[in-house]
Amino acid sequence: MAETLDLSMFVARGEAGAAHMTLAVEGVACAGCIRKIETGLAKLPGVIDARLNFTQRRLAVDWREDEIDAERIIAAIEAIGYRAHPFAPERVEAADGAEAKRLLKCLAVAGFAAMNVMLLSVSIWAGNVSDMTQETRDLFHWLSALIALPAAAYAGQPFFQSALRGIRTRSLNMDVPISVGVILALGLSVFETAAHATHAYFDSAIMLLFFLLCGRYLDLAMRRKTRLFAGNLASLKAEFAHRLEASGELVRVPVAALHPGDRLLVRPGERVPADGTVIGGSSAIDDSLVTGETLNRSVGAGATIYAGSIAISGALTMRVTAAGAGTLVEEVEELLQKATAAKSQTVRLADRAARLYAPVVHAMAALTALGWLVAGASIHDAIVIAIAVLIITCPCAIALAIPAVQVVAAGALFRSGVILNSGDAIERLAVVDTVVFDKTGTLTLPEPQIEETAGIDPHVLERAARLALSSRHPLAAALARAARERRPYPDAIETPGQGVRAMIDGNEARLGSAGFCGVADEGQGAAAPRGDASIITFVHAGKAVRIAIRQALRPDAVAVVKALRERGLHIIVLSGDRREAVAPVAHALGVGDWRADLTPTEKVAIIETLKSRSRGVLMVGDGLNDAPALAAAHVSLSPITAAHLAQAHADALFLGDKLEPVLRAVGGARRARSLMLQNLALAAAYNALAVPIAVAGLITPLIAALAMSGSSLLVTLNALRARLGS
Amino acid sequence: MNVLIYLVPMALLLGLTGLIAFLWSLRSGQYEDLDGAAIRILPDDDLGPRKE
Repeated sequence: MAETLDLSMFVARGEAGAAHMTLAVEGVACAGCIRKIETGLAKLPGVIDARLNFTQRRLAVDWREDEIDAERIIAAIEAIGYRAHPFAPERVEAADGAEAKRLLKCLAVAGFAAMNVMLLSVSIWAGNVSDMTQETRDLFHWLSALIALPAAAYAGQPFFQSALRGIRTRSLNMDVPISVGVILALGLSVFETAAHATHAYFDSAIMLLFFLLCGRYLDLAMRRKTRLFAGNLASLKAEFAHRLEASGELVRVPVAALHPGDRLLVRPGERVPADGTVIGGSSAIDDSLVTGETLNRSVGAGATIYAGSIAISGALTMRVTAAGAGTLVEEVEELLQKATAAKSQTVRLADRAARLYAPVVHAMAALTALGWLVAGASIHDAIVIAIAVLIITCPCAIALAIPAVQVVAAGALFRSGVILNSGDAIERLAVVDTVVFDKTGTLTLPEPQIEETAGIDPHVLERAARLALSSRHPLAAALARAARERRPYPDAIETPGQGVRAMIDGNEARLGSAGFCGVADEGQGAAAPRGDASIITFVHAGKAVRIAIRQALRPDAVAVVKALRERGLHIIVLSGDRREAVAPVAHALGVGDWRADLTPTEKVAIIETLKSRSRGVLMVGDGLNDAPALAAAHVSLSPITAAHLAQAHADALFLGDKLEPVLRAVGGARRARSLMLQNLALAAAYNALAVPIAVAGLITPLIAALAMSGSSLLVTLNALRARLGS
Repeated sequence: MNVLIYLVPMALLLGLTGLIAFLWSLRSGQYEDLDGAAIRILPDDDLGPRKE
């Protein structure tokens, strides 16, 4: 059957047959790679331009459609030696990019204004203690106003807008006191300048904006970086489906382009690409990514199957149904809605600080004005001093205290393989005291592994593994990973659901079920399999070998669970799998608190019970059935191999075969939280020191500038410690 | 103090030039691929064939 590839959903068409596509490229590591790919593509007829973005590992290609097509371009990149995956940029990413550009522009304007205003301010400070005339000082003040007012109007927009939003929704955020402080400082300075006064605070206002914009830009840059990376990963593992057209033709389409009603072919060894019903064929399917159940289930026409299951023994024809039509998916969706609605919005540390901070500071300024009036000062002097209090307490340090730590901690976690989905996940991770693990795919590796290689002759194993390269069966895939020689035997023939055979060194070799290999079935003698292991038989030159393959624990699962327990965390295992499969895992990990045979509803119920006992729950899971539990828990982690729905509801994803990132995430988050608290304490201490001076009316713009930049630097340097000691 | 009449505008003009240059470089996409720019200078095949 001829098969064509349909990539049209990734291709943007321009005028006169011009086309554009973005690809995520794997394996780009050096300057040579850029040159090889770009010049290699430029040589192809029809390619107009190819540009590789090394930071994002993405390739943008423009070509003329009448001369070359997307498929040939991908094949050409593969021929050069790199794997490229078509990529559909998400809308969030584009919005992030635009926002980053806007912040950078604001930052540039604020930086320019801060430098030039400071140039004038330093002259004024120096002039105030020497021989500057009043006319010169006024000129410098007016010049400062000329620079600072338009610059603040432009660069302050991110804060003013967010403050307005906050006021409209009646939630006090940090941007409200910031905006109030900046506007009052500028207003007071203009007023004072007009009255030929000695002091104006143009420099303080604009410097404050500059510092805060730095923090905000870094925060966004970090989030953008993790999102770009996650986007690349998603396209790397994006799957294709075989769609049966009305004409009977078979077309490979990206899963994202599927619609309800499409007819698909699922071959043995392939993942079911979408939810749907079987309309033809029958097969055993592995549901472990969906329900956690490791025992295969057999399906025939009329059965409901879910995206993520693997067809094992036969080919299936299926019809895609609209999302949420299957019974399990319906249950999960309903639970998800409830869990998301019920999720008590944990108040972020920064917002809590803002709620405490703003009323205190504003009340203090009012009291200062009142106090000076009572003490007999003029209205003008009282107001000037009150505004000076507001300027000196402007929450530069407080507003930087938490984002700075978040940026550094998120960067450190990123380097150890944890990708954060939400910014405040760090704060929530830091306060967990209970860790709930799913079993299948979370504590165990998502793919089955060879159980023991010790008793098998390495040469025999190598031949079996190389023969397994020709099979699509998931068990064979586990064996195939052991092959050192990556070329399959040339004449290997697969009988789907049975096994593979080939001629090796003149003798026939067979790999597959015992029946296919013509040897007695297992279950006899000493080599009977333990528990839920599956057996592959390999026969070559009359000698038979049995290789046991099973779901293995992640290599460091035991050590990580032990380390988590040493940190005072309670460990629970909740699985949708059978008791017989969960018990040995729980035993190996030394976990006493475990439950098996759970439905998604029961998992959520257990987590809700834990939460009602005011436990902080971290849920680690990967299956479709875990998604509601992930949403219900305080904070959640998923391995990168998790089902799509589970990933969407996890607060962070972790990479690799090891469980260690879970430990690192908890450790890093705890350290980050203590740094955040330290920073808040530093900021409070700074205020305690500076406020009395301001209340006493002794503040000058020089002191304000020194205090503000000093405290900002202090909290930023302290935040950098989140990098250390991981 | 008459020197200020041309020194101050000069200082402002210099700063403004820097700002405009930055905004131009931002608009022309020079910050899209910072790591790539750092290593793109390494291959020297743009020098043409070496004369030996």
